[in-house]
Amino acid sequence: MAPALLEVDGLTKRFGGFTALNGVSLDVTPGERFGLIGPNGSGKTTLINCVSGALPADGGRIRFEGRDITAVPAHRRTRLGIVRSFQIPKPFTSMTVAQNLAIPLEYAAGARSDGADVAAEAMEILSTIGLESKAHTRPAGLTQIEMRKLELARAMAAKPKLLISDEAMAGLSSAEIDDILAILFRLNERGITIIMIEHIMRAVMRFSERIVVLDAGERIAEGTPDAIVRNPVVEKAYLGE
Amino acid sequence: MARSTRTLLVGLAVVGAGILLAALRVNPYVYFAGYVILQYVVIATAWNILGGYAGYVNFGTPAFFALGAYTAVFLIQSTRAPLPVLILAGGLVSGLLGLGIGYLTLRLRGVFFSIATLALSIVLQTMIINWEYVGGSRGLSVIRPSGPPFGSYVTFLFAVMVLLSVVAVTVARFIERSWVGRGLAALRDNEEAAECMGVPTLRLKLFATTVSGVLLGVAGAPFPYYVTFVEPTSAFNLDYAVNALAMPMIGGTTSWVGPVIGAVLLGTAQQLATVTISSEMNLFIVGVVLVAFVVLAPEGIVGLVRRVRGR
Repeated sequence: MAPALLEVDGLTKRFGGFTALNGVSLDVTPGERFGLIGPNGSGKTTLINCVSGALPADGGRIRFEGRDITAVPAHRRTRLGIVRSFQIPKPFTSMTVAQNLAIPLEYAAGARSDGADVAAEAMEILSTIGLESKAHTRPAGLTQIEMRKLELARAMAAKPKLLISDEAMAGLSSAEIDDILAILFRLNERGITIIMIEHIMRAVMRFSERIVVLDAGERIAEGTPDAIVRNPVVEKAYLGE
Repeated sequence: MARSTRTLLVGLAVVGAGILLAALRVNPYVYFAGYVILQYVVIATAWNILGGYAGYVNFGTPAFFALGAYTAVFLIQSTRAPLPVLILAGGLVSGLLGLGIGYLTLRLRGVFFSIATLALSIVLQTMIINWEYVGGSRGLSVIRPSGPPFGSYVTFLFAVMVLLSVVAVTVARFIERSWVGRGLAALRDNEEAAECMGVPTLRLKLFATTVSGVLLGVAGAPFPYYVTFVEPTSAFNLDYAVNALAMPMIGGTTSWVGPVIGAVLLGTAQQLATVTISSEMNLFIVGVVLVAFVVLAPEGIVGLVRRVRGR
């Protein structure tokens, strides 16, 4: 097996007396399509917050490309190549769609040169994602699916090695889900490793090569989508006895 | 390069015009009122770097302004330091306070940050009231240096304030158009998303609070020589907090022009009201105009102009 891109080792996170993550370990290999599932409140988003640096971990280590990043601030992790999208889109509302992309291009991807390069690159990303006609609109004028696409486009602009997609498809129609899935497949073909957090089983099962299941802050299963579907422990976590 | 040369030329032209106006020795009231308006140009511009660009509303303007003024008082009392030293020292001390406030943003956001800055102003005022060396609650008379340029010290201070305004506006404009300004705009819109997109939010916030603090301190440092009698109630006047916020809001907070327009319009209106109606009408005017703008033109005059132009 290739050396892991991301190694999470015994990660623990507590909120007061509540243990949101209890010694969770997992590793993601380069180029993989990795699914992370679990019932509501199982700690998926907390795990992502710890990996992206939004929350400090209370215990355990996180390594990226072999380097310990447990104490590295979030913006620096983004520059290293760990980029996340948000479950609820968080666009920069005072900027146009293209300017939204300029921020990560300038800050994360290291394109410090002003003007034409950044703008051209933003347009290129928008056209691969099918949002170029909206480049000069403000986020307030976007539909729900366009908002999700903006979220992904902005993440792409940060030039990720590892893209963490946090419920990018919640609330979308079937056709829209296929649309987003196609984008994620294309990104993966370009060599971007993707962690998908999703409640929509059809999407995760189709997308993921390997899935880890969390329940109540613990890792309860790991395997291929087929194995996960047939796993009685997973079934119990989702449906009860 | 050509653009920055032009900016420099415009700045120098404004300073030149200010010096010329000072040399003309017109009605002394012009300099007297002009100083206050220009002082507000600096204050509004400084406030806007934090409040407008970064979205952290600072109610503690009086604290920074008065700290600049009292740093000057201290230096006048202890060493009779020359005006440039007072201005630099006032900026430095208020800048340090700004840096400290910057660390507050780690824990306090939105309205809680604003409340903390308001409290800061009160705490600082209480400390000054109990510090006899700089006059305590009774205040202190300051003797102006003799033989000022342009024949009168107020005229000289007017020319100095022209220079400080140009410096403040240039700094604000530079920040706004640089990658720092774009990063601040991102964190104003959504701090969490900005951090996740590679923006070093803490460092940018510290930068904004410090620069804002420096400029507010700089605005306050010549104050003792302007009024010649410094006491806490006037130095920590709530007017500064209200005006510092109202002027950029009326002019428009997303651009460096906004605070300048707001300060000139509102500052002039206040000066006129003070002489023609009554000095109490000042804040009344600010209040009415501010409410009108917040309701009718939340993006200020700059926003109105942009809308009319169809952008």
